Amino acid sequence: MASMEAGVTPAKSRREPEGRPSARDKYSVLLPTYNERENLPLIVWLLVKCFSESGFNYEIIIIDDGSPDGTRDVAEQLEKIYGSDKILLRPREKKLGLGTAYIHGMKHATGNYIIIMDADLSHHPKFIPEFIRKQKESNFDIVSGTRYKGNGGVYGWDLKRKIISRGANFVTQILLRPGASDLTGSFRLYKKEVLQKLIEKCVSKGYVFQMEMIIRARQLNYTIGEVPISFVDRVYGESKLGGNEIVSFLKGLLTLFATT
Amino acid sequence: MTKLAQWLWALALLGSAWAALTVGALGLELPSPCREVLWPLPAYLLVAAGCYALGTVGYRVATFHDCEDAALELQNQIQEARADLARRGLRF
Repeated sequence: MASMEAGVTPAKSRREPEGRPSARDKYSVLLPTYNERENLPLIVWLLVKCFSESGFNYEIIIIDDGSPDGTRDVAEQLEKIYGSDKILLRPREKKLGLGTAYIHGMKHATGNYIIIMDADLSHHPKFIPEFIRKQKESNFDIVSGTRYKGNGGVYGWDLKRKIISRGANFVTQILLRPGASDLTGSFRLYKKEVLQKLIEKCVSKGYVFQMEMIIRARQLNYTIGEVPISFVDRVYGESKLGGNEIVSFLKGLLTLFATT
Repeated sequence: MTKLAQWLWALALLGSAWAALTVGALGLELPSPCREVLWPLPAYLLVAAGCYALGTVGYRVATFHDCEDAALELQNQIQEARADLARRGLRF
């Protein structure tokens, strides 16, 4: 990998035009939300700022699963402020899970690239231009954010959480040898047709869903690039790691271990 | 082949090689110091693997980046975003 990049560097002038925003490329950001009234305007503001500074063509698709806290009302206001060509609302009646949210969002996506991220501000849009640059570098099918490499990291985690995270990651790497360092993260860029194919193949839910996406990608010989990201744990609202998550993570890990 | 099958194959292969050598099934008469090392070898390997796992995870926990700057930057941007959105007429 390093040697490959070194080989490309001298031809920088030739590569540069690719790095510039291309008129054809469009990036659709999928934001599945549930009770994110506080965070949604902030993440949208950051996204708009990031995209208008970097000049890439974009749209933001908000898929709200019938949040009782009025997320949808805030989303409608944002649509008025930023325009319905940039902010697309595609709500659903009730909570139906992440995989189907992506399918639902993708049906309405007009971009040829899809970016998925959490709407709770733990993923910062400032990394998106890096994802795009990385993708162009080797025409990767997927670019995944990683907390475990380079300058990547976390904020707001206590020792216990760090141990669980590192331990789970270690076991996963040993058992599945996935070829990517962060399997449970959900800040990624996909080519649209690649994401479509992967979602068709994936059966699991929650954390395991993100993991399965990478494992299936390996099976289908898709290429994966990685960008170190900082993960800032939920500023508003509650974080979601409990005993139940750990059990379902282990179940999912073993299922993938036995079936792929 | 699934990852599980790969593991089982590798374990079966190593396990049978070890068993064959320790019980002398191949008709090889190993010198006794060799046999003394060979007999508890799986236990040694298990302990070594455990130490490696603990060491690696421990090191990675200790060197897990704390992104204080990122958190601070985000807090500032949140203030900025709130002010700007309020100016554009958003009712929070």
